[in-house]
Amino acid sequence: MMRVEHLVKTFGEFTAVGDISFEVAKGEIFAFLGPNGAGKTTTIKMLTTLLKPTSGRIELDGLDPVKHQNKVRRLFGIVFQDPSLDSDLTAYENMEIHGVLYHVPRAERRERIESLMKLFEIWDRRDLQVKKFSGGMKRRLEIARGLLHTPKILFLDEPTLGLDPQSRNQLWTHVKHLNETQQVTVFLTTHYMDEADRVAHRIAVIDHGRIVAQGTPKELKEQTNADSLEQAFLTLTGSSIRDEGADAADAMRQIAKMWSQKR
Amino acid sequence: MSTIYILWLREMKRYVRSRAQIVASLGQPMLYLLALGFGLGPVFQRSGQGSYLQFVAPGVVGMSILFMSIFSGIGLLWDRQFGFLKETLVAPVPRLHVMLGKALGGATVAVIQGSIVFVVCLIAGFRPVNISSLPIAFLFMALIATMFTSLGTAIGSVLVDMQGFQLVMNFLVMPIFFLSGALFPLANLPKALAIVTRLDPMTYGVDGLRAALIGISHFGIATDIVVICAITAVFMGLGTYFFSRIQL
Ligand SMILES: Nc1ncnc2c1ncn2[C@@H]1O[C@H](COP(=O)(O)OP(=O)(O)O)[C@@H](O)[C@H]1O
Ligand SMILES: [Mg+2]
Repeated sequence: MMRVEHLVKTFGEFTAVGDISFEVAKGEIFAFLGPNGAGKTTTIKMLTTLLKPTSGRIELDGLDPVKHQNKVRRLFGIVFQDPSLDSDLTAYENMEIHGVLYHVPRAERRERIESLMKLFEIWDRRDLQVKKFSGGMKRRLEIARGLLHTPKILFLDEPTLGLDPQSRNQLWTHVKHLNETQQVTVFLTTHYMDEADRVAHRIAVIDHGRIVAQGTPKELKEQTNADSLEQAFLTLTGSSIRDEGADAADAMRQIAKMWSQKR
Repeated sequence: MSTIYILWLREMKRYVRSRAQIVASLGQPMLYLLALGFGLGPVFQRSGQGSYLQFVAPGVVGMSILFMSIFSGIGLLWDRQFGFLKETLVAPVPRLHVMLGKALGGATVAVIQGSIVFVVCLIAGFRPVNISSLPIAFLFMALIATMFTSLGTAIGSVLVDMQGFQLVMNFLVMPIFFLSGALFPLANLPKALAIVTRLDPMTYGVDGLRAALIGISHFGIATDIVVICAITAVFMGLGTYFFSRIQL
C-alpha cells in the first residue's frame, strides 16, 4: 500500500529526513515512533503531497505523490499535528466543509457529523465558533473531522497530543475498528510508547531523520527484554534523567541504539 | 462546483462575522472622501473642473475595492499561519477549485465593501449623473475585484510571513492606488506620470467607474474592459500557477 525508498528531505543545510526506506502493507497499522524533531511530520508531509522530497521514491497504492497529486489525495485522510481548523467558523461548519471537500454525500454527511461529534463529545457545542473552544476540544474536533470520510490510508500525526484519556481511548478504539472492518491502512506517529504498543502492528523508530529500528512490538520488546514498550521506555528514560542535560530525546536515542545494536 | 461554493460561502461567513473589521476598513475611504473631497474642492472648482467630490467618489469606491481584494487574496497568508490552508490543500479536489472558491469569495466581499462605500458617497453628497448606467458601474466594481483578488492570491501563495505583507502594501498596493488617477484627472499629465498611469491596471478600473458614474472617461468603456480582462487573465494565470505550487 505504501512503499518508501531512500527518501531524503533537506531544508538548506539541514537534513530533516535522511535516507529512510520502509513498506506498509494494505490493512496494516504502522507507527512512526520518535522524539520531537525526528522527522516524522516532514515524512508525512512528503507522503501527503504537501512537500516535495529532495530525493528518493514514494509510492502510495502504486502512485507517486509528486506526479499524481490529485489521485494520491483521493487515497488518504489525515489528522495533522498542527492546528488546521478555521477558528472563525463554528465546529459544525468546519465539519461540513470537510465533508464537501471529501465528497461525502449530503444525507450521510449530516448523519456522520452528528455521530462523530457525539462520539467525541462536542455535539452540544457544534454551533460555537472554534476560537471559543479549549485546546482539547479543538483537538477532538480535528480528529472527528479526520474520521468523517473513510479513506484507504489514514494518516494520524500525533493525534493524541493534548487529549484526555477518555478521548484517547475513543480514538484508538475507533481506529482499530476502521482498520478491522474496512481494512483501512493506518500510518500514525506518536511518542507515547503505550499507544504504539496497543494499536500498531509494526513500528519504526525514527531519530535524527533516520530509521534506527523496525519491527513488530513483540520483536522490539524481545530486543529490549521488556514486558512492554512503555516499560522499556520508562526504564531507559528514568536512567537518563539522572544524567546531566539528558532529555526525552536522549532517552529515545538510547533506546533506539539498544534496539539497533541487538538486531 | 461544490468545492468552489463551500469555500466561497466560507469567505462570506468570515466577512459577515468580522463586523469590527468592516467598520474599520470604511475609515480610510471616508477619510479620502471627506478630507480630499471637501478640502480640495474649492481649488478644483476654481480651476474650472467642477466638483471634486463628484470626481473623487468613483476613485474612492475603486480604492475600497482594491484594498479589500488584495487583502482577501492575501488572506491566504492567514490561512497558512492558522493552519486551515493544509486542510484545503490535501483535499481530493483540484487546487484550481480551491483557489477559485477563495478568490470568488474575496471578490464578492470586495464588491459588497465597495457598495457600502458607494452608499457612504451618496450620503456625503455624491450624485451619479446617470442612474441607468449603474449596472455598468457594478460591472466595473466586479471586474476590479476579480482582477485584484487574482493578484492577491498570486501574492498570498508566495508570501510566508507578515513582513512580506507590509512590503506588498507599501510598495505595490499604495502605488497602484496613487498612480491610478483615482485622485487626479488623467488629462495633461507630465509625460512620465502619463506613462506610469497607463501601466497601472487600476487606472482602467477607475476610468470605467468614472465613465459609468459621472460620464467622464479617458479611454472609453470598451478599452477599459478589454484591458482589465486581459490583465485579469494574466493575474489568474499567475495565481493558479503559484497556488498549485504551494508547499507547507
Ligand atoms: N520548513 C522547514 N524548514 C526548516 N526546517 C524544518 C522545516 N520543517 C521542519 N524542519 C525541521 O526538520 C526537523 C524535523 O521536523 P519534524 O518532521 O516536524 O519532526 P517531528 O514531527 O518528528 O517532531 C526539525 O528539526 C524541524 O525543525
Ligand atoms: Mg511532528
